[in-house]
Amino acid sequence: MTPSNDPSSDPAAAAQAAVSPYAVDRRRFVGYVLGGATLVAAADLVLVDPPPAGAEIPTLPQVPELYDLNDMLTDAARPTANLITVTINEDGTASFELPRMEVGQGITTSTAMLIAEELDLPVDRVRVTLAPARPELLFNQLTGGSNTTISTYTPIRVAAAVARKALLDAAAIVLGDTVGGLVAKAGVITAPGGASVTYGELAVRAGAGGTRAVEVELKSERDFDVIGQPTNRVDALAAVTGAKDFATDLDVPDALPTMVCRAPTLNGTPVSVRNQAAVEAMPGVTHVAQVSTGVAVRARTYGQCIDAVRALDVVWKDGPVAGESDATILKKLRAAQLPMPKLPNTPLAQTVSGDFTFYFRSNSAMDTNSAIADVRPDGATIWSGLKSPIVAQQQIALKLGMSPDKVKVNVVTAGGSFGRRLFFDAALEAAEISQKMAAPVRLMWHRADDARVGRGHPMGTCRVQATVLGNNVLAFNQSLTCVETDFRHGLGEIITAAAADLPAGVGNLGFAQTIFALTQEVPYDFGAVVQTLVETDDRFNTGSMRNIYSPDVRVASELVVDRLAAKMRMDPYQFRRKFQRNQRLLAVLDTVAQAGEWGKPMPAGTAQGIAIHKEYKGVSACLVEIDTRPVTTGRQIRNAVTGPRVTRVTFAIDVGLAINPRGLEAQMQGGINDGIALALTSSLHLRDGHFLEASWDNYFYTRQWNTPPDVRVIVMPSEETVPGGAGEAGVAASFAAVACAYARATGTMPTSFPINHAQLSFEPKPFVPPVPQSPTDGLELTS
Amino acid sequence: MPEQTFIVNGERVTVDVEDDVRVLWVLRDLLGITGPKYGCGINVCKACTSHINGKAFNPCAVPVGRLGADDEVTTIEGLPDQVEPGQRGANGLHPMQEAWLERDVAQCGYCQPGQIMAAVALVNKVAASGGQITDADLDTIRNICRCGTYTRIREAIRDGASRM
Repeated sequence: MTPSNDPSSDPAAAAQAAVSPYAVDRRRFVGYVLGGATLVAAADLVLVDPPPAGAEIPTLPQVPELYDLNDMLTDAARPTANLITVTINEDGTASFELPRMEVGQGITTSTAMLIAEELDLPVDRVRVTLAPARPELLFNQLTGGSNTTISTYTPIRVAAAVARKALLDAAAIVLGDTVGGLVAKAGVITAPGGASVTYGELAVRAGAGGTRAVEVELKSERDFDVIGQPTNRVDALAAVTGAKDFATDLDVPDALPTMVCRAPTLNGTPVSVRNQAAVEAMPGVTHVAQVSTGVAVRARTYGQCIDAVRALDVVWKDGPVAGESDATILKKLRAAQLPMPKLPNTPLAQTVSGDFTFYFRSNSAMDTNSAIADVRPDGATIWSGLKSPIVAQQQIALKLGMSPDKVKVNVVTAGGSFGRRLFFDAALEAAEISQKMAAPVRLMWHRADDARVGRGHPMGTCRVQATVLGNNVLAFNQSLTCVETDFRHGLGEIITAAAADLPAGVGNLGFAQTIFALTQEVPYDFGAVVQTLVETDDRFNTGSMRNIYSPDVRVASELVVDRLAAKMRMDPYQFRRKFQRNQRLLAVLDTVAQAGEWGKPMPAGTAQGIAIHKEYKGVSACLVEIDTRPVTTGRQIRNAVTGPRVTRVTFAIDVGLAINPRGLEAQMQGGINDGIALALTSSLHLRDGHFLEASWDNYFYTRQWNTPPDVRVIVMPSEETVPGGAGEAGVAASFAAVACAYARATGTMPTSFPINHAQLSFEPKPFVPPVPQSPTDGLELTS
Repeated sequence: MPEQTFIVNGERVTVDVEDDVRVLWVLRDLLGITGPKYGCGINVCKACTSHINGKAFNPCAVPVGRLGADDEVTTIEGLPDQVEPGQRGANGLHPMQEAWLERDVAQCGYCQPGQIMAAVALVNKVAASGGQITDADLDTIRNICRCGTYTRIREAIRDGASRM
């Protein structure tokens, strides 16, 4: 274990020494040199983002007595308890444990770049790993809201700058010169006479001398050599050679494959197992155990788990949505809708409106829900892809009847998240199973379960009305009504998580309203603007799917914006310009219009669509071309949805300071494919109490035959000196532009999404047994 | 328990396991070869794509008992050895892997071993018929990438094909 992972190394002395404020001015900060085997440089993680004020959080509930809340709060209150640390190793590398979760969004790479920049060390000599759950970080170990770079940009650079200063101080002694005369470059410090010493050689010496507070000045943006340079991912080599490990790849002794047999209705529960002994006797099977979510089986291989799950004969109690379907939920949503304010509709002041339905969608990733758990009588160790590891640790401890300090929670890189890993469903389930079986387990959800039972984006309706008078928009009202979005992970720890779990959804509703209010805006000059949210139904497995409310809200807005433009007989692009006051938005809008050739002649059945979005301290615009001609929509591909094809996308984003433009471009490319899927092909169908989709050939995420052959992402030069968020920023404008293009190509504004939801394009797989058997004909299908 | 013998990444292996266990689990759970990923277990997502005797196949859909002692399975781990040392790139890898690195294709990386193995087989197939990779060829790839890296996958396949 590296010193940086050990909160007990935090010295009270540092707190006393730290008499200066953390931030002296915009570029001068106070950090710490900590004692250690080698140099450990530290900064406070809340340098720029203090925890939210208490007033934003609903009344604190009673926390179960198992938790020693006072101890936790005392720890959290100590000024140096929540340090992040950069360690200089004797091999000349720097290492850092990021208290965030890498799921593909590229934050280990951008973090390595920040450290490399301030430390004057090549990026490939910076090792970024993921920190395990650190309860002392309190609110500060949650990966969400595209917030990682925004919140860690300054603290990480301060820690690296402290390390660089300590290395220079030590080098001055070794080289017999003053710090001012030394030059640090690529991990080597050189004196004017040419004598030099490496960071590795200085690592021990620079760490000696005890803990002290150090004031450092960060580099000016003008001097950046690494930040802003397109940089390849630090984990790319591991990814392309198969060496990158995900939770189920980890080598944990005796953690045998484990799967769960689940109920035929969503969230149904097991009553009893009729054939436990027979299943226990099946080849490879070691354990069968009834748990709260189903019946778990542990075996030598996953293939034998699948056989056992399929053989289990279980008596089930129906889940809470038994008998429900898309139609019944839509009816409930309609009943819950708030009345929209009456807007005038006269020959002078005309009201334009839209009423849209968005069906359930899945945020199932390629890497299904998975976790390794080794629970013993005196403690537990968990490995899983977790975006809120502190609350996971606390909830697992509750489930196991242990105190949280007995539960070690390791955060593993995951194969995608899209919001899914804000929750820890697999980790909690694996812990329960391991305790029940008294054996280590390697739990993996079957794809069918991940799609049908895993979390997703709630179904909702979105109504918009806007009043036009002459060439002005006087009012714009928007009301989203949806099945509840689960925010019970809180801010990543038990206090706010428990607040979200107050009875009757009061607490969660508070979170939902806060997040809705903090994220949604109508980015146009439209007079009186009102946006409201109503959430109704807490029986589904939901969560913050990539970009949360924005994709649906923005699609509804932008489709109505096109209607307003038509009402005023204006071109959609020119209309968006006219009502735009934000210079950054104007710039991205003009950029895509020009680069994407807005307004060029298009054949009948094809069209362009244009849309904008503003979130995560950035702005984006998207221009797409879509082909809805029969020759395209009629393409026949086995077990696939073809339909309209987006043939060209031009996307511009001003994210503020782009740490890694190559990574940012990748996130936008991904967001574009998400937007296309949400508009055209991907949804879950609820029928008779369960979701039908059990395969990637049922849930139609964008595939190669759907993806645009021509995609151009333009990263705008920005006046901003601080970074914005990237991971979710590509979805909303893309979804909206595709919807607008489809409306223009077909002459009909779509009112439910995805547009193909009404036709079921596959034969649903059975629900009993809950998972399909693997085929045996693979050798006849080689290619 | 029956003995299963086949060749994986150039090495003959023998495993004690029932005939009907799919090759994917033999590779991952028993041999510890974790490059081929589980994404569905029903030959849909293609995350486990590997090669058998030089052709793309999905080990989730092949019972191990169907393999013979001389059948050669290649996973992503064995791909660099499928080309002569002189053909390997700066990182000592297969030209397709090198193209993948240069274009920074991977995001989460989970589907990428399968994508690369499928890409190599596709390029070989198109080359065998004397053609060049077209958009229509790329549209036939069924491998899913939920991160949506398709744009860079298409660019890298064209790039890799030119290096192969």
